[in-house]
Amino acid sequence: MTTENNIDAYRRKFVGGGLAAAAGIAIAPGVILNSVAQAKPADKPVDDSVRWGILIDANKCDGCNDCVTACNEEHGLDNYTNSNESQRTQYIRVVNLRDKATGHEQALPVMCQHCETPPCVDVCPTGASMRRADGIVQVNMHICIGCRYCMMACPYKARSFVHEAITDQRPSSPRGKGCVESCNMCVHRVDNDEQPACVVACNKHHAEDEPAMFFGDLRDENSEISKQLKKFGGKQIRADLGLNTGVRYRGL
Amino acid sequence: MRLTLVNKMTPVLTGLVSLMLTATVFAAPPMPEIPKGKGEQCVEPTEEMRVNHMKKIKHQRDLTVIEGVRTKKHSLKECIDCHVIPDETGAYPKIGTDQHFCSTCHNFASVNIDCFSCHATKPEESDSMHSMTGMNPHQNVDMSGSINQLSQRELDIATSEKRQ
Amino acid sequence: MKVVFREIDGNSKGFMALLGVLGLLIAIALGATYYMEHNGHWVTGMNNQIVWGMPHVFAIFLIVAASGALNVASISSVFNRKIYKPLARLSGLLAIALLAGGLMVLVLDLGRPDRLIVAMTYYNFKSIFAWNIILYNGFFAIVAVYLWTMMERKVNKYSKPAGIAAFTWRLILTTGTGSIFAFLVARQAFDAAILAPTFVIMSFSYGLAVFILVLFAAYKWTGRPLGDVVVNRLKNLQGVFIAAVFYFFAVYHLTNLYATEHHGIESFILSADNIYSTLFWVGQILIGTLIPFALLFLPATSKSRFWIGTAAVLVIIGGMAQMYVTLIGGQAYPLVLFPGYDVSSSFHDGVVNEYVPSLAETLLGVGGFGVALIATTIGVRVLRFLPESLADSVVDPDHHKAA
Repeated sequence: MTTENNIDAYRRKFVGGGLAAAAGIAIAPGVILNSVAQAKPADKPVDDSVRWGILIDANKCDGCNDCVTACNEEHGLDNYTNSNESQRTQYIRVVNLRDKATGHEQALPVMCQHCETPPCVDVCPTGASMRRADGIVQVNMHICIGCRYCMMACPYKARSFVHEAITDQRPSSPRGKGCVESCNMCVHRVDNDEQPACVVACNKHHAEDEPAMFFGDLRDENSEISKQLKKFGGKQIRADLGLNTGVRYRGL
Repeated sequence: MRLTLVNKMTPVLTGLVSLMLTATVFAAPPMPEIPKGKGEQCVEPTEEMRVNHMKKIKHQRDLTVIEGVRTKKHSLKECIDCHVIPDETGAYPKIGTDQHFCSTCHNFASVNIDCFSCHATKPEESDSMHSMTGMNPHQNVDMSGSINQLSQRELDIATSEKRQ
Repeated sequence: MKVVFREIDGNSKGFMALLGVLGLLIAIALGATYYMEHNGHWVTGMNNQIVWGMPHVFAIFLIVAASGALNVASISSVFNRKIYKPLARLSGLLAIALLAGGLMVLVLDLGRPDRLIVAMTYYNFKSIFAWNIILYNGFFAIVAVYLWTMMERKVNKYSKPAGIAAFTWRLILTTGTGSIFAFLVARQAFDAAILAPTFVIMSFSYGLAVFILVLFAAYKWTGRPLGDVVVNRLKNLQGVFIAAVFYFFAVYHLTNLYATEHHGIESFILSADNIYSTLFWVGQILIGTLIPFALLFLPATSKSRFWIGTAAVLVIIGGMAQMYVTLIGGQAYPLVLFPGYDVSSSFHDGVVNEYVPSLAETLLGVGGFGVALIATTIGVRVLRFLPESLADSVVDPDHHKAA
């Protein structure tokens, strides 16, 4: 709801600037689609007929870190020079768990959980922290003022702050000093009908095996992720907060 | 007291200012040399882009980030892909130098832009790291040879794995 | 005797020296800001775990103290206590000045302070932070109008409604400031509705302590008379506020101690071998609560201006310690993602987060005090904020006669 209101606010600003007409012309001409299989034409806005989600099978996770490496490369997160170890960005990390009662050990990746009702979106003063209609939670860095309240609010430690000026960013993953950032489910890939980099890397690692990460539309009953969830279930981290996360875990 | 001083000085000041103005007119400022981009024509008429490029880019930015519209026509990435061209040595011009398409005019007009504290200043595939998905012809000579690049990339991944 | 307000005489060397020192503090803070913003936050001690650091400790203290400083005026206008009336103007001025100092620190620590205009033009109305931006701006406006109704005879009759509006606004404002933390559901140390009223009570105490010190300094340095009646009233009020803050924190911690779920964070703050429990017991409780409370009420010290002033200083030190414990301690304690598990990762999961404040971020915070005090100093120099005399015969003629 909040996100939609913000979009409306933007629209009003454009109309105010007399740009609405220009915008109409700008997107109207036929645009060549670069993929026939694309779920959404490039000139159409995303809507809530889909909700993107990821299912992670913690039983299969061997803590190989391939998802982390793939993420760092996809978003160019390794180009720091000054930030110390606790100041560097991580969109995704492997968390090692040890059950205090039983001693059972396991590992699983944790990233932005893409909540349906994200605390980071609630607290952001400018609306930079936002949830797209298709369920992807991200930072609109154009209006992020770097107050870091979203980092205080996130229950998953999913967000990082860019502590230094950076160069050589990946063109599809702009990021810079003074803004907060986090996993955006590889929104540039998803819009291009590709899977997030971590999912690709994980399933490559488990190529001999059954997939350990599923990406897909939670609204579509026939998607693989929905079938898997229906059959085997999928837990949320900190389900007690009632955030209805888009990232689910099996074997947790 | 001070006022009268200023009054007395007025003709002198006026003279000085007009002298400076005249000098400026005679020595017309050097117009920026705009680097040529790929292809024959921009996505919009040149005159239109000169006046309104910022509005188009800003509009597209919100459409893309908030609504997921991914048309390329007015995207900053597409501007960079066409307009930032490597020199003979294969090196891309740096942002802020007069050789960079954006900086050429923005330096001239003294208009600060904030795009490139976050956005890439040159097209993708300029370094060997991302050559896997590459189709860009502008590679350094000593970086050519896909086998070398692949192993380089694997090496990068391996080392970053250790770093984690 | 009639209360006569007059600007202070600003030609003394002492006045210039004061301006110089405060100006220097501000210049240093601006230098620190330039250093931090030019390099990026990697030069600070803040990181992805302790995201709010020393600047926020100072900023939130100043903002909380700001609304508390207005209390003296509120007591006179809203609750009709005549004796506080001569103090009301200074109270309003100090409120605006402290808020300005706090906001300066908060804004200069932003990742993108150059985008302040964005914060003023894009509002997410579900964000308590956005509400605070509106509340802060409104506070400036309302207190300015309130001061005007007090200082301009033609609109004097409106000073009561203006005072009520300002009082209501400041209550909402501090509730809002407390809610910045109270609404953080994920953090063990926050996520408690009692934080909102606790912040209101804190503001009473910290704001009054600053007010007492400024009042003492102003009257001592200008040689104007300041009678015991005013001092005693303020002193007793300060004592009550200290006790009230203590009560609210006792309730907060006892509530947490009741729930097993919160035992981790409570033992982290109250009994672990770390800076936070030291600051809590030595800073907040001993220096900030017990000693000043004793100083204000023990017969040996309660009559002495020196000891009352000392008590006010200790309240401020204790308040800073409390802010540090609440703010930094709350972030240092690891977030619980997986209850019942030992966790580890490359992103500081399951470990106590380290924070070593850098000099630059601390100096930025100190600069906030500089701004607040220089604004007050210049204010009392150019406008009629301070009564010529606060002698007992002036502020409380009836009492004086009776005695």
